[in-house]
Amino acid sequence: MTAELVRGQNHPLSQSRLEIRVSAGTPVVAVAALGDENGRIHGVEWVAHPGAPTQPGLEVSRQAAADHRLAVDLDAMTDAVHRVGVLLALPAAGGGPGPARFGAVAAPFVAVTGLDGDEVASYTITGLEAESAVVALELYRRQGAWKVRAVGQGYTGGLAELLTDQGLPEAVPLAGSINEAVARGLARSVQAPPSRPSDGDRSRQTAAPALGPDQGGTAPQGAPGPVPPAYGGQPSGGPGQSGPQPSYGGGGAAEPSATTGGPINYSHPGRRNSAPPPPPPTAPPAQPGQPAQPVAGDATGWSMEERLYNQVWGMFEDLARSTAAYRSAVDFAESRMDKELEQALSDPRSRIGGQGDAVREAARARHAHLVDQAREVLDRDIAQLVAEADVVEPALPPAFARWDNPAWHAYRVPMEIPMALRLGDLRLPEADRIRIPMLLRLPLERGLWIDSGRADSIDGSFTDSHDMRRLAMDTAVAHAARLLAVYPAGEFTVHVIDPAGSGTQPLAPLTGTGVLAAPPAQGAAGVTDVLSRLTQRVDLVQMALRGGAPDALPPGFDTSQQLLIVNDFPHGFDDRAVNQLRYLADEGPSVGVHLMMVADREESSAYGPLLDPLWRSLLRLTPVPNSHLADPWVGHAWTYEPPLVPAGSQVLHQVLTQVAAARRAWNR
Amino acid sequence: MTKGQAISLQKNDGGSLTAVRMGLGWQAAPRRGLFGSRTREIDLDASAVLFADKQPVDVVFFRHLVSDDGSVRHTGDNLVGGVGQGGDDEAILVDLSRVPVHIDQIVFTVNSFTGQTFQEVQNAFCRLVDETNGQELARYTLAGGGAYTAQLMAKVHRTGGGWTMTALGNPANGRTFQDLMPAILPVL
Repeated sequence: MTAELVRGQNHPLSQSRLEIRVSAGTPVVAVAALGDENGRIHGVEWVAHPGAPTQPGLEVSRQAAADHRLAVDLDAMTDAVHRVGVLLALPAAGGGPGPARFGAVAAPFVAVTGLDGDEVASYTITGLEAESAVVALELYRRQGAWKVRAVGQGYTGGLAELLTDQGLPEAVPLAGSINEAVARGLARSVQAPPSRPSDGDRSRQTAAPALGPDQGGTAPQGAPGPVPPAYGGQPSGGPGQSGPQPSYGGGGAAEPSATTGGPINYSHPGRRNSAPPPPPPTAPPAQPGQPAQPVAGDATGWSMEERLYNQVWGMFEDLARSTAAYRSAVDFAESRMDKELEQALSDPRSRIGGQGDAVREAARARHAHLVDQAREVLDRDIAQLVAEADVVEPALPPAFARWDNPAWHAYRVPMEIPMALRLGDLRLPEADRIRIPMLLRLPLERGLWIDSGRADSIDGSFTDSHDMRRLAMDTAVAHAARLLAVYPAGEFTVHVIDPAGSGTQPLAPLTGTGVLAAPPAQGAAGVTDVLSRLTQRVDLVQMALRGGAPDALPPGFDTSQQLLIVNDFPHGFDDRAVNQLRYLADEGPSVGVHLMMVADREESSAYGPLLDPLWRSLLRLTPVPNSHLADPWVGHAWTYEPPLVPAGSQVLHQVLTQVAAARRAWNR
Repeated sequence: MTKGQAISLQKNDGGSLTAVRMGLGWQAAPRRGLFGSRTREIDLDASAVLFADKQPVDVVFFRHLVSDDGSVRHTGDNLVGGVGQGGDDEAILVDLSRVPVHIDQIVFTVNSFTGQTFQEVQNAFCRLVDETNGQELARYTLAGGGAYTAQLMAKVHRTGGGWTMTALGNPANGRTFQDLMPAILPVL
């Protein structure tokens, strides 16, 4: 489990080879500095920076970037080293472009992960203002073991002041050479492929109806998978009650200028976040004794999209916890009743006359009373969440919305990548009236597996394997169509491997509208061809990124995210192809190549445990409701419902037609 | 507030409290002699154990910061103390209105994780604050601590429709709340 650190908090590290991920939403310089037991940096050879990216046990990137991965090997440190500081700085402080203070950009996020990618600890550096350099984390030796501490100490004087403070004699010249190396890197690098939100584009995006235009700045990136980002302010008292909202009120005159929509944006592009975002919609004052009326977007965030995302995660957590309270109370009531009944049974007096019956009756009554009480509380909470879902659901943008949401009928090809994607709905048996949207952060961090195996469906209805495959393929097409639709034109490419052609019919929405890069690959030759091309691509992009020279990619190189749908695995796959597939699953996600397997795990059982890591690395989804997903807080088993297009609806076709038209226009 | 004293958590105006915070603060006692200015770090940990009819149901401590039902939240582990110089170093927030119906007692404990006894701790206190308005309801000082490494601070339990807090102050020994269970059970 990830420890979300707050400033000053520490956490033990069990592994010595670590990766430190940084996401800042804007290019930053990442530097790693070694210190002795007093935290002093002895010399320039103790600092890994863009000009000298590798030092024993340390590796940092050669240039400023919004996302970094720093490699640290604590075993490789000499005994003199007691601290490893992770430092971030804005390039502007050294004369580069971009914002010059951390207060003007989204809060940087840093995470310490093991080599297996599992997060050990994470820290969002909040509260920075005029600082242009910050000590983000510190790994330190304590009684022979290593720990990580969230530091968050900022410096207004940039790296020079920071390094001076750490006792480095050559701080100023070193800061100068770092800035020089960064400036060289910036001049060399091409624009990173998928650019993140900018205000001008936002206003043209299909904003949620009746909610006011959606504006605001760069969404914090990189908050991993199912961990809700920045929940700090969410009161446990449930949504709707107006919690500690950021008080952006005040300067009412300044805000509307940027929110009037339309294509012209007068705000300075370099100062996106310095203007306060529009105030979140506030709940009307509650009637005394009544819970507050819920409103859509009643959560923290820089944009309506982010607020809705956080609100959905807040509802998810509240439902998980309310249900945990209920289940715990029911369990307790049952165990108490069992104990009392047992006592009554073993008591010789109860064998005489009606005394035993009376005791048993009382035990049952006590049980029923407690369960009723617990149910009453749960019903109160669910009613509040249902009321909230009723206002949130219609307000969701297409990427978060169900296919039957009118937002999809008003669909237009977006100009930018949304924060997240709805993969389906989640529900619990106790709260059948409420469906929580299952939102997954974009870009994808792991592949998807649509399980076409014979699952035990919830309602006990029997689905035979042929129907199941058909359903699984329909589901895969719905997911792929949604991904295609929420990415801007040309920024998402879908390849299909359908060795036996069995998916021709379900794939018709994709093939018919012409949104695929190429027709589905068939036969063993087709499989080999597609896999070889994607493998080559992953290798090429990785080499370019590792070498720090993304501009070395061939001209006209397609930088979009790639999705490979594989139907009927392992049909048509030889050993070489299976290996290539495993390579894609392992290495692809970091360079934007993702898998969507439509498969029955049983059919590849001949490979034995060899493929287990592959299946584990994928997020399993089912074409029929199935309870196999757990929430990150309590670990309830949630019933997942796939996002199917309503029967007879033309929405998929309409949306894909628009996507295809936009792709054609973009390719021209 | 002294040992054994109980206060009702009803507000003066008749309404009952909805959210309280149990705050814990301490400083390491300076050692005398050569290098006397050097203080040793002391890690005290606050924990809250939730009981239903004397059965422990859930616990909130530095490895489980939020109770499963979300009603009790720990603000995070502080390993050295003294940062606030009189403020809370660790705090546990309890949303009394959301505590599950079967939970009838919550016991707050303090443990010395690093093993020093309370003799080496300075200015340690535990206090109960009305989280809605910041008003301090009760303060309990650990001054003159004895040679023990843990203390049961207080318990909050249901009485009628509301909640009552009782100061405990029982000394005990142990590194985490698990070691304290034998000491807690008699006070329930």
